[in-house]
Amino acid sequence: MARQVTSRDADDTLQISIVRRILRKPVAGICLVYLVGVIGACCAAPVLAPDNPLAQNLSAVEQGPSWTHLLGTDELGRDVLSRLLYGGRPTLLGAAEAVVVAIVLGVVLGISSGYLGGWFDRIIGRALVDVGLSVPMIIILLTVLIVFDESMTAGMIAFGVLASMGVLRVVRSATLAAREELYVSAARVSGLSGARIVIRHIFPAVTGPIIVQATILGSTALVVQGGLSYLGLGAPPPAPTWGGMIEEAQQLIIGDSWLLVPAGLALGLSVVALGLLGDAIRDASQERWSVRGQPVVTRHLTRAHGPAVADPVPAPAPADGLLVVRNLTISMAAPDGDLPIVRDLSFQIAAGEVLGVIGESGCGKTLTVLSLLGLLPKGIYVSAGDAFLAGQPLSLAPPARGHLSNGIGMIFQEPVPSLDPVYTVGSQLSEVVRIKLRVSRSEARRQAVDLLRLVHLDEPEQVASSYPYQLSGGMAQRVSIARALAGDPILLMADEPTTALDVSVQAEILDLLSSLTDERGMGMLLVTHDWGVLADMCERALVLYAGELVETGTVASLWAHPRHPYTARLIKANPYFATPGAALTTISGVVPEPGNRPAGCAFADRCELASDDCRSHSIPLIASHTEGGFHRCLHSERIAPISK
Amino acid sequence: MIRLIAHRLLLSVPLLFVVTVLSFALEQIVPGDAAQDIAGPRATPAELEQIRIQLGLTRPFWSQYAHWLGNALHGNLGTSLFTGQPVTADLDSRLPVTLSLMAGVLIVCTVVGLALGTVSARHEGALGKAIDALSMAGLGLPAYWLSLVLIAIFAVGLRILPATGYTYFTSSPRLWALDLVLPVIALSLGAVTVMAKQTRDSMRTVLGQPFIRGLRAAGVPERSVIWKHALRNASIPLVTVLGLVAVATLSASVFVEAAFVLPGLGSLAVSAAQEHDLPVVEGIALYFTTATIIINLLVDITYGWLNPRIRVT
Repeated sequence: MARQVTSRDADDTLQISIVRRILRKPVAGICLVYLVGVIGACCAAPVLAPDNPLAQNLSAVEQGPSWTHLLGTDELGRDVLSRLLYGGRPTLLGAAEAVVVAIVLGVVLGISSGYLGGWFDRIIGRALVDVGLSVPMIIILLTVLIVFDESMTAGMIAFGVLASMGVLRVVRSATLAAREELYVSAARVSGLSGARIVIRHIFPAVTGPIIVQATILGSTALVVQGGLSYLGLGAPPPAPTWGGMIEEAQQLIIGDSWLLVPAGLALGLSVVALGLLGDAIRDASQERWSVRGQPVVTRHLTRAHGPAVADPVPAPAPADGLLVVRNLTISMAAPDGDLPIVRDLSFQIAAGEVLGVIGESGCGKTLTVLSLLGLLPKGIYVSAGDAFLAGQPLSLAPPARGHLSNGIGMIFQEPVPSLDPVYTVGSQLSEVVRIKLRVSRSEARRQAVDLLRLVHLDEPEQVASSYPYQLSGGMAQRVSIARALAGDPILLMADEPTTALDVSVQAEILDLLSSLTDERGMGMLLVTHDWGVLADMCERALVLYAGELVETGTVASLWAHPRHPYTARLIKANPYFATPGAALTTISGVVPEPGNRPAGCAFADRCELASDDCRSHSIPLIASHTEGGFHRCLHSERIAPISK
Repeated sequence: MIRLIAHRLLLSVPLLFVVTVLSFALEQIVPGDAAQDIAGPRATPAELEQIRIQLGLTRPFWSQYAHWLGNALHGNLGTSLFTGQPVTADLDSRLPVTLSLMAGVLIVCTVVGLALGTVSARHEGALGKAIDALSMAGLGLPAYWLSLVLIAIFAVGLRILPATGYTYFTSSPRLWALDLVLPVIALSLGAVTVMAKQTRDSMRTVLGQPFIRGLRAAGVPERSVIWKHALRNASIPLVTVLGLVAVATLSASVFVEAAFVLPGLGSLAVSAAQEHDLPVVEGIALYFTTATIIINLLVDITYGWLNPRIRVT
């Protein structure tokens, strides 16, 4: 029981906080005030109205607004303001009747059919709703008005019945969702009666959608009530209604269109106010689910790339190296100054070399790759550094696509989702071939099939006419590789190309990648978190941590004797070292967020060797004792070689 | 795909059944009956009885319904109580007007809605806010009022477009088009903003998917990424929206045709309702229901055409 009490309390506070959140939105507040004002004024019409709404004064017809008649007079000299106030009553009442009928019917049937399921749900929740939503509502209403001798009440009740189908559907799905929630199943198991479950647990869960539905319905009902009155059905003149007043204004439209304004605005604004209120309520109840405290950065950053690449006149390109990256810094624009995500990263790849990049998620591996393609997401930009491909400077600021990617082929992690689902493989490949080689359609198609053959796909013709969803992950990844090879790139970049694949397929894809780089003398940048892949594919590797290069060297030397504690811990977290039956070794703690990085060594907080020196200042790259290796650790001599 | 269409058609049978039975049943409970209307207020009870037997009104409900249905299947929906004309002849002559309106709305909605939505998906800020505000106004302002405001501004005030009336396409395509401009605008404003909003949401979802990055990385130019790949993917859910717009246009046409005095099905429904001419209203109910079924069918087919996953199964 105690558990239920708390969940109910939580519900109550939740409801209160939603109400507060709604009221805090100025739009919702204005709408609410307007609606309450309109309803109040119409209710108080006998007190507020300056005149009898039916009193004619043929000596003062069609007058504009004045002090005696604030909204002017109509064609029979009746006071428009008084007619507006009285006319709101049947209009609002009609809408209210419809809303009450629709909500009561929709909620009762919706909860029943969602909660009971079975044949009741099939007949009421599915078949009836399908039919109910397809009948021509307005024609049914006209028929009802004929049958019931133009009784507006009958018409609005009929509208409520028809509109309840929409409510039914929404309430039904909310009930289904609530029913599946843990606490309801628990309540059922604990032997609560069905009625109690519905009242105490399901009803509160569907209140939000019901309120939203009620506002939407209210605004539709106003339009319909006004429309029927406009058509001259329902309340007969001279009793005023808003719709009727619009119709009267139509008669005078040639001479003076002022009379369109009061009734039209009263109706239109009420409809809009209800709609906006519904939106506000929906937003407020959705905010409930969104994570709090997350900085919403993208909002105020439209296309803010900040300063593009630093120095506009780059230093002469280094002669050696297929890809040369120097002092690359990638930053995220934030409200209080820019946060560097990747800092001062430099590396080179020689022709024919495969360079590995390893690190945990959030270390900046993927951003580094994307920056070289000019594809950084909005709000993230290259704030310093430069890069050269075969001696030519790469433009790192978006939009830099096209001209640079001719030389670079890119392969992403998710094979199938990386392909457009609605075009065939052949059509997507030929589009890329045409862009890169500027050949005819048929020639592009032929080359696309050649590319598919090149990546060892059997029956390339058949693959070309397939859609991505018809391919296995391995086949789709081969297609991605084929696409990357279009236009004969000199550098391949692969971001965890095998992570999403089965183990046996992984080996095939890796074999394919290494034979392709060998045959074509391409360089390759391979991002991975798997030491096995690294050992198979790469001579050298970069170890990234929190956006910083912490160690680099040959894979063999890193593996045998790491000089940075992060490298050592990454190696030990490899399943290779796992003892059967024991828990896998993990690195405790998490990678610090860009805004939270310590002043000195970023790894200090997770490191056993860390001393005060490590935290006081940033650590430079230090040459390791192996050939070409560097690391950023003051205590590298205390790290033991890995024993297998 | 074929199964999907078959399923749809199968579902439409009970729908048509319910609509016809419902309207037929309503006719039965009308105070006063057709015999009274035909014979006039001075008819003797014996004359009335005679007419009732002639009309088959004394037979049981289901027998009358079966009779009516049999006639309906042969294209006979009875005669109008008011004009004495066959209902189908009346409806068929007015159908093109309503269909012209619907076609206009769908074209405006697709072209303008898609363009606005796509552009605003990529540029947040003023345009997006304007669409939000307009979509509320477009949805909120009743089409009949909007019609009158348009007439007041463009026909009465500026005198650049005709206020009311309709010219048949066959007699003058130019006047036909001019006559349709204001009604189509009145009917489209809400639909265009809904379409723009849905397009924007759908585009944002699609632009966040991995294949967009894949296309860009492969060097596909931004123009093709947005207007070819993203839009085609984003348009799949929009077909459903367009179907809803088409159905909503049918309903709204009742008011807008009345405002612009267009001789379509909608204005006929209004005058029939005012004259208590049930056979005509029933016939319109049948036409509208059939139109809804056809629209849903077209939505399904287009959906399958756009989405290869459905096409094959």
